[in-house]
Amino acid sequence: MFKRKEKVIRHLPFFGKENLTSYLMSAPYMLIFITFNVLPILISIVLSFTYFNMLQSPSFIGIENYLNLLTNDDLFITGLKNTIIMAICIGPGGYILSFLMAWLINEMQGALRTIMIFLFYAPSISGNVYFIWTYLFSSDSYGLVNGVMLDAGFINEPIRWFQNPDYMMILVVCVALWTSFGTGFLTFAAGLKGVSRTYYEAAMVDGVTNRWQELYYITLPIMRPQLLFGAIMSISGGFGVGGICNALCGFPSTQYAVHTIMNHLEDYGGSRYEMGYACAIAVILTLLIVGMNYIIRKLIERVGE
Amino acid sequence: MTLSIKDLKSKLGMNKGAHMSNMRLRNRSTGGYIATLIFLLLFASIMVLPMVYVVANAFKPLSELWIFPPRFFVYNPTGKNFSDLVELMNTSTVPFSRYIFNTVFIAICGTVGNVLLSSCCAYVFARRRMVGGKAYFSIVRYALMFVGGSVTGIPNFLVMSSLGWIDTYWSYIIPAMGTSMGLYLMKQFMEQMVPVEVIEAARIDGCGEMKILFRIVMPMVKSGWVTLIIFSFQGLWNTGGTNYIYEESLKTFNYAMSQITAAGITRAGVSAAASLLMMIVPITVFLIAQSNVLETMSTSGMKD
Repeated sequence: MFKRKEKVIRHLPFFGKENLTSYLMSAPYMLIFITFNVLPILISIVLSFTYFNMLQSPSFIGIENYLNLLTNDDLFITGLKNTIIMAICIGPGGYILSFLMAWLINEMQGALRTIMIFLFYAPSISGNVYFIWTYLFSSDSYGLVNGVMLDAGFINEPIRWFQNPDYMMILVVCVALWTSFGTGFLTFAAGLKGVSRTYYEAAMVDGVTNRWQELYYITLPIMRPQLLFGAIMSISGGFGVGGICNALCGFPSTQYAVHTIMNHLEDYGGSRYEMGYACAIAVILTLLIVGMNYIIRKLIERVGE
Repeated sequence: MTLSIKDLKSKLGMNKGAHMSNMRLRNRSTGGYIATLIFLLLFASIMVLPMVYVVANAFKPLSELWIFPPRFFVYNPTGKNFSDLVELMNTSTVPFSRYIFNTVFIAICGTVGNVLLSSCCAYVFARRRMVGGKAYFSIVRYALMFVGGSVTGIPNFLVMSSLGWIDTYWSYIIPAMGTSMGLYLMKQFMEQMVPVEVIEAARIDGCGEMKILFRIVMPMVKSGWVTLIIFSFQGLWNTGGTNYIYEESLKTFNYAMSQITAAGITRAGVSAAASLLMMIVPITVFLIAQSNVLETMSTSGMKD
């Protein structure tokens, strides 16, 4: 319905003075970005081909780290499986939930809208909120959920929620979804305000009758820039899950039931000082994210065409 | 409630002078609106439950924090947790106001810098031409997808120490100005909200590039940078201990709070009070910023 327009200013010459202006305007950001983001990442990638214990200087060992990871490290494979299960639930699940809620909230106006967005964003606003869940699902009888269930007579002894592999995965996924109304959600909420009413009014004249058609043919195509941004954020969030597992189930978790790639990485990078190995894990994790993002991108670009 | 009355009025045509964005579209039914509202409120009450719990906990005496059966709400509210917290704050070697100043300073400088630099660069990527621009931008995208946790710790430390920025404010502020998220966010909003025709018209009228950016583009993408302010401020406000700061007087509010509350069960009350206090400022910033996300009229006055 909406043809993508020529993106840049048409009569602007490509080279010469205009090009210099472009460089000058982007220089301050790019300088900081390359120094503090790109450079450390490049160094990490180089380190992934070395043995580096943070005491001696790194020694080059080729792809040995990668070979060990994929063939010798059972725990990494466990982590890989858990991460993929979690990423598939948390990434797309959180993404769709965030958009759906932002879309519904967009019907509200003024202060009511602000308050709604605040209520949904509430879990993301304070740095560390997981402790509430360890409190609610505490494994002794003082935990709220166990306390209520004991009182009501459903169970005879407290359930060890975060130590029993039957419950761990589902609890971690639920808490992660609960925290997923973050970056993507706010971006969608702000972006939806940029979809001018005139489009909807024009579409009604053109015969768009129900909300779902409106969503597919107008809202989603116009929201494409924000959707692409949100996709990266939720995919990275989904694959990078790890902190929640530690906060809820401790490290290492019982039978490694919620051991993720990120936990594995922090174990080698933070506790064992095998930096080369940790870097190799990070590179593999990033490749997973890049691959997944490529697929999602292709899907989003097809919407509403 | 005033809102629904306003809606009713606009439906009945009673306030003809109302702003267009205050009216609902014709294909929306009042019943559907109310159903949506109820659904959202139900969902929101689950989302906000833990925050309510934080507030309740902050006012619970120790005896209520460890009671069986556990209580969700507070029965005998007390201010003792807060007075204990203040007492503990007064015992610290560096005055607590210094920690607060550090955090406020870092958060404001970092946020303003992030918005300005990201917007400048995003404008180039979204609406101007540049040799190598596409390659540049894909670097930003890939950097956003690099999830490395602690592996960038050592390289970052090497960069910081070779710049001589260990134990300086720079080590907090400057990296926060060049986040890949900031640039990507601003670029996507500019692509959605800024029509090329408007910029072309401004250029023909002889408007300089910086003037175009700050007078024309930025007002159009206000909801974008307001959102970026929320993310950036919140992140910086929660800055804890870093690898680059060893001088006690340069450490942050969050770091000092976590030191105070990290003493186990006996400090449970103090810790609950501290987490409530830490939340208040980001919540205020959030509410002010969010209420400024308004419908942009970027296409008004254009003929396609």
